[in-house]
Parts: sequence; C-alpha cells; structure tokens
Amino acid sequence: MNTQFVGQPIRRVDGRLKVTGGARYAADFNLDEHVYAVIVNATVGLGRIVSIDQAAATRLPGVIAVISHLNAPRLAYHPHKGAIDPATGERLHVLQGDQVRFYGQPVAVVVADTLDQAERAAAALSITYAAKRPAVDPSASDTTEIMAEASKGPKAYYPADTARGDADAALATAPVRIDAFYDTARENHNPMEPHATVARWDGDRVTLWSKTQFVVNEQAEIAAIFGIPTENVQVISPFVGGGFGTTLRTWSHVTIAALAARQVGRPVKLALTRKQMFFTTGHRPRSLQRVALGATPDGKLTSIVHEGRGETSRYEEFIEALTAGTGFMYSCPNVRTQYRIVPLDTGTPNHMRGPGEAQGMFALECAMDELSYELGIDPIELRRRNEPEIDESTGKPFSSRSLMPCYDRGAELFGWAQRNPAPRSMRDDREYVGMGCASATYPVLFSPTRARARLLADGTAEIEVAASDMGPGTYTSMTQVAADALGLPLDNVRFSLGRSDFPPAPPHGGSQTMASVGSAIRAACAAVLEAAARNREVRPIEAEGSAQRDPEVAARFSMHSFGAVFAEVGIDSDVGTIRVRRALGVYGAGRIVNPRLALSQCTGGMVGGIGMALMERTMLDARDGRLVNAHMADYLMPVNLDIDRLEAHFVDEEDPHVNPLGVKGLGEIALVGMAPAIANAIFHATGTRLRNLPISIENVLTA
Amino acid sequence: MAVTPAVGTISAAAQDSSTMTDTLRISVNGTPHELTPDPRQSLLDVLRETLDLTGTKKGCNQGACGACTVLVDGKRVVSCLTLAAMHDGAEITTIEGLAKGGELHPLQTAFIEHDGLQCGFCTPGQIMSGVACIAEGHAGSPEEIRFWMSGNICRCGAYPGIVAAITDAAERA
Amino acid sequence: MLLFTLQKAGSPEDAIAAAQAGARYIAGGTTLIDLMREEVERPERLVDINALPLKDIRVEGEDLVFGALARMSEIAAHPDVLRLQPLVAESLIEGASPQLRNMASIGGNLLQRVRCPYFRMHDAACNKRQPGSGCTALDGLNGGHAILGTSEQCVATHPSDVAVAFVALDATMRVRGPDGERSFPVEELFRLPGDTPHLEHTLLPGELILEVRVPGGAHARQARYLKVRDRASYEFALVSAAAALEIEDGVIRTVRIACGGVGTKPWRMRACEQALIGRPPDRANLEAAAKLALEGTRPLAHNHYKIELLPRTIARALEMAGELA
Repeated sequence: MNTQFVGQPIRRVDGRLKVTGGARYAADFNLDEHVYAVIVNATVGLGRIVSIDQAAATRLPGVIAVISHLNAPRLAYHPHKGAIDPATGERLHVLQGDQVRFYGQPVAVVVADTLDQAERAAAALSITYAAKRPAVDPSASDTTEIMAEASKGPKAYYPADTARGDADAALATAPVRIDAFYDTARENHNPMEPHATVARWDGDRVTLWSKTQFVVNEQAEIAAIFGIPTENVQVISPFVGGGFGTTLRTWSHVTIAALAARQVGRPVKLALTRKQMFFTTGHRPRSLQRVALGATPDGKLTSIVHEGRGETSRYEEFIEALTAGTGFMYSCPNVRTQYRIVPLDTGTPNHMRGPGEAQGMFALECAMDELSYELGIDPIELRRRNEPEIDESTGKPFSSRSLMPCYDRGAELFGWAQRNPAPRSMRDDREYVGMGCASATYPVLFSPTRARARLLADGTAEIEVAASDMGPGTYTSMTQVAADALGLPLDNVRFSLGRSDFPPAPPHGGSQTMASVGSAIRAACAAVLEAAARNREVRPIEAEGSAQRDPEVAARFSMHSFGAVFAEVGIDSDVGTIRVRRALGVYGAGRIVNPRLALSQCTGGMVGGIGMALMERTMLDARDGRLVNAHMADYLMPVNLDIDRLEAHFVDEEDPHVNPLGVKGLGEIALVGMAPAIANAIFHATGTRLRNLPISIENVLTA
Repeated sequence: MAVTPAVGTISAAAQDSSTMTDTLRISVNGTPHELTPDPRQSLLDVLRETLDLTGTKKGCNQGACGACTVLVDGKRVVSCLTLAAMHDGAEITTIEGLAKGGELHPLQTAFIEHDGLQCGFCTPGQIMSGVACIAEGHAGSPEEIRFWMSGNICRCGAYPGIVAAITDAAERA
Repeated sequence: MLLFTLQKAGSPEDAIAAAQAGARYIAGGTTLIDLMREEVERPERLVDINALPLKDIRVEGEDLVFGALARMSEIAAHPDVLRLQPLVAESLIEGASPQLRNMASIGGNLLQRVRCPYFRMHDAACNKRQPGSGCTALDGLNGGHAILGTSEQCVATHPSDVAVAFVALDATMRVRGPDGERSFPVEELFRLPGDTPHLEHTLLPGELILEVRVPGGAHARQARYLKVRDRASYEFALVSAAAALEIEDGVIRTVRIACGGVGTKPWRMRACEQALIGRPPDRANLEAAAKLALEGTRPLAHNHYKIELLPRTIARALEMAGELA
C-alpha cells in the first residue's frame, strides 16, 4: 500500500472554507423566494389535541400557511427501515393525527415570509389538549422493563441475555465481591449546528439541503414517506456542524420541511431552535445498571454480572451496546449479561457518541476500580491479571488487541507510579487530588460502501461518495487515501461528499467512515486506474468500486479497538468544585491515517467524556414530561476553561484483518473510558464512591 | 414590570415617533448597507438572511454558545441578542471580512495550522472572539485564553487547538 | 417575538417621557431580547437609551461612580476599579461571557430577570409571569432555586453577580423619574417575592437608573468574589459570596459579606459580619460565623446541597479576601 500521504499530519483540506465562513451548512442555503417554517410543539407530555384555533395566527402579517393534522395531507409513510432505525416499531408519523406521545412533539408548522413572522405566528397558535400524566422516569414504579424484540435470541446483535458458566453461583461463592448500581443521565447530543432543512420542490421532485449523517437514508426515507420514487429526492449536505449521532436518523422536521414546501409551493427553510433539538432529535438514554464482580484474593475474576436497563419510546424499541463490552473485556469463566429497555412517553432515543459502550463501560470500569481497592491491587495490575487470550464470549481470537500496551504506555506517560494508592492521600494546596484510569473499547465496524473515481484530462481526479464529514475530517483523510491510491499529489484530488446522487455510504457513525468509505475509495481508484490503462485516450474516465467486510474474516476474528484512559482530578476541599487537571488516552486503533486530525478527534472525544462525567444531564419534570433545561445555558457542556491538559497517543498496531486500510476508527472510543476514569479519580481523591452521572458539586458535598 | 399585552393587540411598526428611524445604515466588512429591517430582527438574522453573510452561525439564539460572535465597532458581541435596528451607523466585522485580498488573517491561518476546529460550525465565532481576545490583551497565557474564550462553546472539543492557535497568533501579533 | 416600535432617546428627559407613555428601556438588551424571543417579555414600545450620556466611570474621593450605561466589560477593565474595587471587577468577569459583558449595561445587569426555567416557559404556571397562576418550581425541579427569601409564590434566585458585590459594599444608586431624582441603597432596589413576585424591584414607573456609586475604603480594596458552579465559566452561580475585609492588629475591623445563588435577591449576611467584628480571622472563627448564614434558610426538595455549600463558600471567600490561605 502506497502511504505517501496516509499516515501524514495533513492540514484539513476544507480548513480554509471553514475559517473564512465559506463552508455552507444546511441553514446557510438561501434560495430565491424562500420562506420560513417554524414548528409548534406539544406542551403536554401525553394525550391528544382537542382543538387548534389558528384564526389569530393566520391573520398575522406574512403568514402563508398553518399546517396541522387538521389540514395536512395524509402522507404515504411507506415502510422504511434504514440501517440506523430501531428494528421494532414505527417512526413518528408527523402531523397525521391528534395523538401526543411526548412533550415537545411537533403538532403544527407555520410558514411565513420572514422568520420573525413565522415565529410570532407559531407562538400565537392556540391549541388545547386532553392531557394524561406521562411516564418519563425509568426508575419509577409506573414503568415496566421489556426485552426488545431485536435483542431476543442468541443471534441478536445486542442480545438481551448472554451467559457463560454460572455467574450468579460463582458470585455467591467468590472470596471477594463487588456489587453496585450505577445510574447515568439522559444526555442530548447538542451539536453546535441546529438541525435544519431547506426544501424545494420542482414538480414531483424535491431537493433537500439538509443536515444529515446518512445522506442516502434521508433520501430513501423521504421518498418512502411521500410515496415518491427514491430518485425524485435529492439530498445535499456538504457540511455537518457536529452530529455525535443526532443526525443519523431523519427526524420529523425533515418531513415537515418537505411537506410545508409542497403545501406553499415555494422553497422553505426550517431550522430547529436549540430548545426544539431537545424534543425530537434523539438523546442518549439514561441507563440503570448493576455490575457485580467476584474475584479470588489474588485478583482473578471468577464472576461478572452486568444487568443494564435503557430507555426507549412507546413507539420504537431503541437498543444499543449497553452490555456488549462486558463479555470480552476480561478473562472470566462465569459471565452473565442482561439488557432490558423501559418504554417511556418520550421521543425515541438515538445513538450518541460511544452509544451503549459509554454507559456500559462506565459501570464495568468503575466496578473494576472498586474491586481493585477491595483487593488492594493496583487497578492496572488487576486488568493485567485478567487480560484474556481470546474473546471468551465468542471463542474467536482478537484480530488485534493492545489494551495492556495502551496501559503500559499510558502509565508511563501519565506518571501513574507517582500515585499514592491510598484514597484521599494526595493533596495540592486546597485540592484533594486523585488519579484514575479505565479501559475503553469499541467494535471495528465496516459496512458496504461504493465510491466513484474519475480521472480528468488535466491529470486531476475527482472522487465521489455520499458520505458525510461532521468534523473528524472525512474530506481530508479520503483525499489522502485517494491521492495515495492514484499516485497523485493531494492538490490534484478533489473529494466530494454529501450528495445522494453519489454512490452510497453507510451511516457516518459508529466510527466506520474511515474503514468503509476509505476502503471503497481505494477500490474505486484501483478500478479507474485499470480502466485508464485500458483506455489511454479516453478522458475523463470514471469507475466505481466497492468494499465490504469479508464474511470469512468476520467469522474468524473478534474485531475491536481498545484504549486506556487516565484522569487526574482536583476537588476543592471547601466547595467541592471538580476540575480535571489533566487527562491522557492511549489507543490501539490500527493505522492512524492522519495524526493531526486523530489527535484532535481523540482529545475532542475526551472533552465529551468530561461533559458526560461532570455536567451533562437532560432533566425531565415527571409531572408532565417537560424538558426543564432545554437551553444551551442550562444543559451544561464543557467550556474552554474546563479543559486543561489533554493528551492522546496511539500504540503501533497493524491489523490486516479489519479492512484493507487496517484502520479501526476513533470517533467513539475517544469518548468511552473518560467518564469512568474521572469517576475513579474522584474516588481516589475523596474516598467517596460516586456511581451516578453526572458527578456534580452537589454529589461531592452531600455524599 | 409592565403588564403584558394580550396576543393579537400588536402595535404595527408605525412611524409614530419623530425620533424613530426606519432606515438602518450599517457598514459590514467595509461595505455600506441601507436596510429597513423588521424591528424584531436580530443583527444575526440580518447578516444571515438579509445580507446572505452566512459565515456567522446561529448555534442557540440564546446568547449561550458564542457561534454568532461578530465585532461591532471593534468589540465582540453575540449578534443573536441584539437588534439590528439598534446599530445604525455601526461598523460590523464578520468572519467574511477578516481575510484581506485573499490573504488569511493570521488567526485564521493559525486555526488551520493547530487544527483548532473539527465540524467548523463554531469556528467563525471562535475566530472572531479570538481576534477580540488578542486585541483586548487577554491572550497572554493559555490559562488567560481559556478564561477569555469561555464564551464560545465547541462541542467537538477542539479547545486545545483553539488555545494553541490563539497563543500562536498572539505571539505573532 | 411580538412586534414593537423602537425609538431612540436623545436625552434622559426623552427617555423618561417615552417610558411614561408605556415604553420599556432597552440598553444592552441581552436579557430583554432573549425573553422577548420567548414572548415572556412583550413590550409594545422600546426606547433605546444607549445614546444617553450615562456611560462614564469616575472616581470621587474614595468612591467609584458608574454611569448606568457603562458596560460590564468597561467597568471590569477600568484601572481605578481594579485598584479601588477589585471585588466589583471580579464579580463582573465571573459573570456571563466576554461577549455578553461587552453588551450588558450595569443598570440592565441589576434589572436582569430570574433564570427559573419555568419562568421562561409559557406553558408552565408562574406567578411572576402571570400573577395567581401558581409556581411550578415549588414542587418541580428546583435544584437551582433559592433557600432564602422565598415565598409560596416564588422561589427563583436573583441571577446577578455584580449585584451581590454592590450589596456587600453598600453601593447606592441614583435614579431619575418624572418627579425628579432620588438615591437609595442598591440593596433596596430588590423586592422579596412575597405575594407579589411579579414586582421585582422598587423603581417607580418611568424611573431611569442614572448611576451606581460604590463607597471605597480599606475593606473594599481587600475584597474577593467566589462563584461556585459546576462549569468553570459561563454558568450562573450555585452559590456565590462577596467578601470584603479590613484586618487591623490581627483582628477584623471591617467586614462585608453578601451571597448570590441562595436568595430571591442578593443576600447580605449581616449576622455573619457581626460575629466577626473584633475577632481574629482564623479558620475556626470564619467557619463559625459563616454558619450563621443558614439562619432562616428553607431548602426545597432538590436544593439541600446549598445548605452545605453556603457556609463553605462564605468561609472560603473570607479567606480569599484576607489572603489568609
């Protein structure tokens, strides 16, 4: 493999566009004669709409249309399951009936000449409801856990139940035991860019300038909802202002934008408000977990029990990897996992950076830390003593696994040896200081992808894939891959993404873009070189290529990334403020295509983990399902002053099995592991074990 | 506090006062504009929707994220929480006005060099805020920069690169 | 946002006349526009007062005088403020963000409205927004709410930081209304919610804040502001404390303490102050005095932690002010 550019710290090829304001995100597309749509949201948490009085709103200046279930056309809503949709249940059918399933559900849309007019009219709409008390707290007695249909059976991707040996019996007889409950908060992705769609119809064809992490699915879904041929929908999404999973699905506002544009016969711009993003664009579900560990006095695990519950909506069964890492992280003869979901009167949750692993590994890694103190064994040494030879959950070898090399390198770089193992033993002036560590893992995904490559007469090349770049640097890394594959200088390669008429890419999530899109680009480049060799006179000449995982390899190997994350916290001895003084992650993530961007992505993921650990919590009022802190000032995320020294390092790891590029992906694993490392550091600093996220001043002071 | 009027009894933006101006004259990146905005329009919406200067971003419209930061008469403000109509005669600088003749501002270059961005959506606000941070004399150390750049949230978490970029540009300034 | 008319005042007289005719003053607008967008604030007329000559920052003897339209950032950076009133500067830069501090006037800062989430939501009952409708926060998610000065009608905290400093420092303010000028302590600007939570301040109709005067002294030069919050910046206080100390011959001669995040208005802690006069500023004395702040506190379901945090914050702020640790 030619690696003139792959592996080099190339600067972002779209950097200039982004620093000059030239990069156009969805809401930046101002079309001729466009008008503005504003969604009206339900103000009850459950029930039905009794009446909508739109007379006053309709009379307001500039108002073009007020659309609700009373006058909206019936949409086809043909069956459609994208790769990212829950397998069970049916998406919210918007403006099609009087049922209110959750607080903030879209119940109407107002279209007006200007944004101010549309916002005013939306507020002037008078709606009455017959309301019932919603169930929004998965720990409350008015909820029931269920086994998701898609998690039933041993072949399920996220099985409801797994077992090897007899974990409960082994736990009962274990010489040393840890048995604890962990609770992680509901979170919202809160990318900086609010979801937005600009929709324009030309006859029976619609173009959507839209924020999406899954371009071709948005195309197919809107086609299904409107009952039109897929090719009649064009999705354009050149830049995505952060996603973290929230734009993997095509949420109801996209349908509403298209519907409104068709109704008024003009292009419509619809951008969600920050508050609305909390209602209908998915969330990381709260998790309630029990982890029990049994061990011998010398630190050999004899039992792992991991029971986890997540949230879902009443109309779809959202499942994720909550207990998925537990079976293969450590060597243990007796392991039982259980995964259930609790249907609630909320919108459907969605994958959020490190979906499932972030919460599940929080519980497992805190429990391992607890066990280390119980045993009096260094937490890294404890993991070393339980390092497995193979993936014991499947019996397959790992395609590569660098967990202990990550710990060894990290311990050295972090200065782990300077840690006094006793809790509450380290102090710096007015701060209790604590050091903690945790393991991280995420599977190596690789989904079928196609790419197109074109060689032009001037010696340059164009590469096209319906991929996305929400920030990791897809534009840059794919340019590197293509330049190497074609033997061209970087400047001679133009990589384009974000159009549904490009060859299809999988969801821009699950840390699989580099593997999937990169491998397809290599294939397309090889194909076009071959075609060009055959037809030396024909230019431009183009070819497509595709890539997908070899099922034989998948059958032979267990494929995951691993990492070791370290955190040092300082807790103010008087007022309990928690500061992450420094943090460091070491990852075994296969080939690193661009060290400059990889570093940024990993430290960025650590920032997300710091938010998860110490700040982020979407709060619902149990009385009516109201989202109380649906505001950028009230849903706390780290600001610059919260972030001190962060380091990310990569161990050399060659993995020829995972994909042709040997890459494992970074987006998710960069967040996984940070929260437990911080929680473990807080215990080390204070001697108090805090098992609920986020950990706030309140928790530190009143524990 | 004044009792709130009932919905529907909206007074039109009638020119019933001699002191009222319906024409807004502002200079944006050196270009003069004469506009007649809806009095409700924020400076941000005028930039984005009227003037098609979409480099300035609407991240929260609540004054709580900093993505809409621009310079008004040289000072950084969040353009979402100020009415355009209140800036008659003002000189506005947006991200589109920073590069001179195709040559990037040193801080723009530094953001690329130090990878102080990922998705790029907060970046215009970060850069405008960073330009002001340096001009204010608040870029003397990484710690000082972190404090004075805390009005600009970056959800991708590119803070280390942002601080490095501002440190670098401040040293060159 | 409801439509409104906007006019510009050329003089205080113009502004007051407009206000008498029903207009609301707008200066920085950072609170007002935010709440107008939520239609919590629904003025029909606004009068832009930014052109009024109320922007100066000046020293008169030991006192500092701030024109009502001086921006938070201008005051915080002013050399005389840093020299004579470091507490005022510190409380200002701990508030909001650099951008908002460039926009917000000092007069508007004092009149900013509460951050109770239910106040911001039209579909939630709120006595402040709609008298008699009820208080959703009372039995709701009230972790950020007040433990002092609450009533059955309202439990929201006053959000300003600099107001806490002003109350600690016995600042006064001068206002002008249709009937002339008057001066009064900043502390008297704020009302307790009682049965009338919709009435937040004591300004009379049409009154315009002209200036704030902060008396100086040895204690004012030895003063600090400690703001405790879960995020290091750009967040309202869970609990804050302004502390000013004058120590002479090893004992406390003058002390001023006020707190934010705990009261329905900026809360002066006079019992704590009295307990410290004449005592050595050792940790035990500071802690004992700080505990007196808890007198009369009434925690709600979710803000018990403020009972723990309040005295700790005061004691630490006093130590910071006295450079004792």
